[in-house]
This record gives sequence, structure tokens and C-alpha cells, in this order.
Amino acid sequence: MSDGVLTSGVQGGLFAAWRAMLVRDLTLAMRRRADVLTSLFVFIIVVSLFPLGVSPEMSVLRGIAPGVIWVAALLATMLSLGRMFADDHQDGSLEQMLLLPHPLSMLVLGKVLAHWLVSGLPLVLLSPLLGMQLGMEGEAIGLLMVTLLLGTPVLSLIGATGAALTLGVRGGGVLVSLLVLPLYIPVLIIGTGAVDAGISGMDYEGHLSLLGAFLVIALLTTPLATAAALRISVE
Amino acid sequence: MALKDSIAWYHFAAPKNFYPLAGKMIPWFWGLTIVLLLVGLYLSFFVAPTDYKQGESYRIIFIHVPAAWMSMLIYLVMATYAIIGLAWKVRLADMMASALAPTGAMFTFLALWTGAFWGKPTWGTYWVWDARLTSELILLFLYIGFISLQSAIDDPRRAAKASSLLAIVGVINLPIIYFSVQWWNTLHQGASVSPTMAPKMATIMLTAMLIMTVAFWMYTIAIVLMRVRRIILERERQTTWVMELLGDETVGEKDGRK
Amino acid sequence: MSEFFAMGGHGFYIWVSYGVTALFMITEVIAVIRGKRTVEKRLARLARTLSRSE
Repeated sequence: MSDGVLTSGVQGGLFAAWRAMLVRDLTLAMRRRADVLTSLFVFIIVVSLFPLGVSPEMSVLRGIAPGVIWVAALLATMLSLGRMFADDHQDGSLEQMLLLPHPLSMLVLGKVLAHWLVSGLPLVLLSPLLGMQLGMEGEAIGLLMVTLLLGTPVLSLIGATGAALTLGVRGGGVLVSLLVLPLYIPVLIIGTGAVDAGISGMDYEGHLSLLGAFLVIALLTTPLATAAALRISVE
Repeated sequence: MALKDSIAWYHFAAPKNFYPLAGKMIPWFWGLTIVLLLVGLYLSFFVAPTDYKQGESYRIIFIHVPAAWMSMLIYLVMATYAIIGLAWKVRLADMMASALAPTGAMFTFLALWTGAFWGKPTWGTYWVWDARLTSELILLFLYIGFISLQSAIDDPRRAAKASSLLAIVGVINLPIIYFSVQWWNTLHQGASVSPTMAPKMATIMLTAMLIMTVAFWMYTIAIVLMRVRRIILERERQTTWVMELLGDETVGEKDGRK
Repeated sequence: MSEFFAMGGHGFYIWVSYGVTALFMITEVIAVIRGKRTVEKRLARLARTLSRSE
């Protein structure tokens, strides 16, 4: 599989290499569906624990729903970060990627997009179901989906840097949460803030533009940091 | 002059030359720390008057505010060293960044701790989700991440580089985190408390606080120089100068025992 | 004297704050000094074995 990336990486242009990376990672993920589903089920289970732990009262649940779903999304993303580079590191294809003539940050972007399609997008698609479980109304659910749609790519992008830094490190899986969760806080605050504002009938466009700004900043900066981290880890 | 300065700069950027220099500077910084601490404590307890609103408990801010300031300053300095270390491959800068982290984490913890014990008599609870306290808590998480990453990687060079990169990522995020927490706090109308006592704050209180801040600063320099000397020895252990330095010391030790 | 330590009823909060700060700083100094000695001893042992084997 990695051969495809390498040949098209050497012969084709940057876009060809980028697309090959994306297709390759998606194919690999499809072969290991169980891994993908695990983090999705964690998302569902964590959300389902709140009615049991806090209260089954819909009025209580409705108040905490956006926060609960967002926090569960952070945790589910966290669990899937380990996969992003670990296998490539183990079988040596990562080292070959470093040797490609293309900027590593662009290849990283391909991998991050694959990660988001496999573990971020399903969260967005599942969120209406969980929102209804927690008693959210139609419009609020739509808003929740929009915030997740803008926010989960940021989680994948920042997470990639964390995953690259902890590549091959003892206890990397737990460590990555420690590094990345504090950096997720702004996305969490603005994401839940938008939904809360929408529910209480306030203007939420500002929040959405902020989330969009986070996405743009993360798109521009994190691939560089991730590429630097990969070079440090593989060296 | 400039050329001479830059030569001195290069000279002392080599761990071999910095090690003895740091050794010579440490006692001076300890001296400054002790003098300033004594003056600062004297001012905070015997000269500064009782606050008419908060009573005596406000005296906690003489350590709370300096600790909070130092916690932020140390993170900035640490990130600066991290940038120097990564961009210009200065080993000593990486070592300084690692040496700063534990002291920064300690001051962050102390700022939270003293904040809690100042908060209890002042607003009735130990913890409030106030913007400052929350940001300080997140800062503590960032420090813990830096220290954990560094201790999880066995190869010291890779550890230094990876944690430097993390410090840079952290310092870029810090303003974003700070403003979103600020915004979150105004939205939820949490108790907004400010430990600094607005414009009426007497000059003597401000003086005491500044002197305590400088005392903590000198303490930080002294302890960081001590810690960086240990780190230099560890990371330069294969070099001949470390071997010679310690080889001589052991000979001396043996003679002393006889 | 005891009036000074009572701090107008807020003594507990003040002394816990100052006490823990002092404790942390002193502990840090001791830990750093000990840490450096341990490293010195370990490396000196290493240097001795190396010079013997030469």
C-alpha cells in the first residue's frame, strides 16, 4: 500500500502524493473497521453515562447536553489519535515519507484529513441522535452539528501534533491526552458556547466565525508543527 | 564592543564554559533572594497596614500575585529558550528550558494554592471558576505536559527537542486559551474577582508585592542555575571535560577520606 | 505575639499559604542539591571505571 504513495510521490506532483496518502489511509482504516468503531462506541457510551450519572430529568440533561456531547467528542478523538502515525512508524513507511521530495506538512495534511473522515465526521453524523437522547430541540441540534463540523477538524489537526510528539514513546497513548486536552479547551469553550447561545436565542454567528478562525489557524500552523515533530521522533 | 560581546555570548553558550560560570553566580543570586525575601516579608507583615475591607487575609496576595506572575513569566522564558534551542540548535538553551519547567510548575501550583486560601476568607469558597484561576489551572496542565513528555522520552536529545516544540505550541496557544477562558467567564457571569486591589492600593502594598516578585525571580534564577548544572553534567557525560572534572573530584574525595 | 499569629482571625489561611510556599521552595532546593550529588556520584563512578579500564 505504501508503495503507491511512494511511486506517485516520486513521479507525480504534490497533489497526486497528497491524494495517494489520503486514499491509502482511508483504505487502511476500512480494513480495520473495528478500531474505528471502538472510538465511536466510546462516544456513544460516554454520552449515555450522563443520564445515569447525573439525572434522567430532561430539563437537567438539556442544559448540559452541548457540553456533554462536546466533551465526549474530545475523548473519542483522543482515543483515535494513536492510530494516526503509529503503524507507519512501526513498519518503516514513515521514514520513507520523510524522504519524499514533497513538503512533509502537505502529506501530514492528507493523513489528518483521512483521520477526520474516519473518526471526526462520524461524530458529527452521530451527534443528532445523541442530542435527541439528551432532549435537545431541532434547531439546537443543527447548530451542534455545525459547531462539531467546524470544530472536529481542529481536534484532528492539533491531535496530529500531539500524536507525532509522542510517537514511539512509553505510555504514549495516555501522554497524548495530557498534551492535547489543554490545547482543546478553546474549541470546547467556543463550540459549546455557540450552542448555548443558540438555545437561549442569542446571536451565535460570532462563535461560528471564531470556530472558523480556529480552523484556518490550525490548518496553517499545525501541519508544520506536526511535520517538525515527526522529524524529531523519527531522527 | 559588539563583537566582543558576541564572542562572550558564544563562549558562555558552550555548556563547558557555562558550568563554572553558573557555579560562580549561584551564591550571588541566593544572597539577593534572601535579602529581598527578608525585606519583602518585613514590609508585608509589619509595615503594610491592615486592609479595611479584607482584614489581615489580604497579606496572602504578597505571595499569591508574585507566584502567579512568575508562573507566566517562566513559561514565556521557557518558550523563548525552546525557540532558541530549536532554531539555532543551542544545546544550552534546551537545557535551560528543561531546568525552568519544574520551578514554573511549582509557582503555578503555589499561585493556585495561595489563591484558594486567599479566596476562602475573602469570598467564602476555596475554588471559584474565575477566569484567572481557570487560566492558571490550564497553565499548570501545560507545564505538566511539558515535564511528562520530557521524562517519557529516553533519548535526552530527542526529549529536549520534542518538549521544546511542545513549549512553542503551548505559548502560541496561550493567548487563545486565555481569551477564550476570559470570554467563557463573562458569558457565565462567574464571580469575577481580582486579587490586585484596584487604584486605591497603597504604595507600600505595591512596593512589598514588587519586592516579593523580584525575590521570587532571583530565587528562580538561583534554583534554575543549580538545576541546569545537573542537566549539563547528565547530558554531557560522554565529554572529556565532565570526565576530568568528576575524575578529579573523586581523587580529592578519596584523599580526604584518608 | 499570639495576636500577630492570629492575624485577626485569618491566621490559618495566611500561615497555610506562607507555610506551603516555604515548604515547596525549601523542598525544591533540597531536591535539586540531592539530585546533583547523585548525578555527580554516578558519573564519578563511571569515570573511575573508565580510567581503570584504560
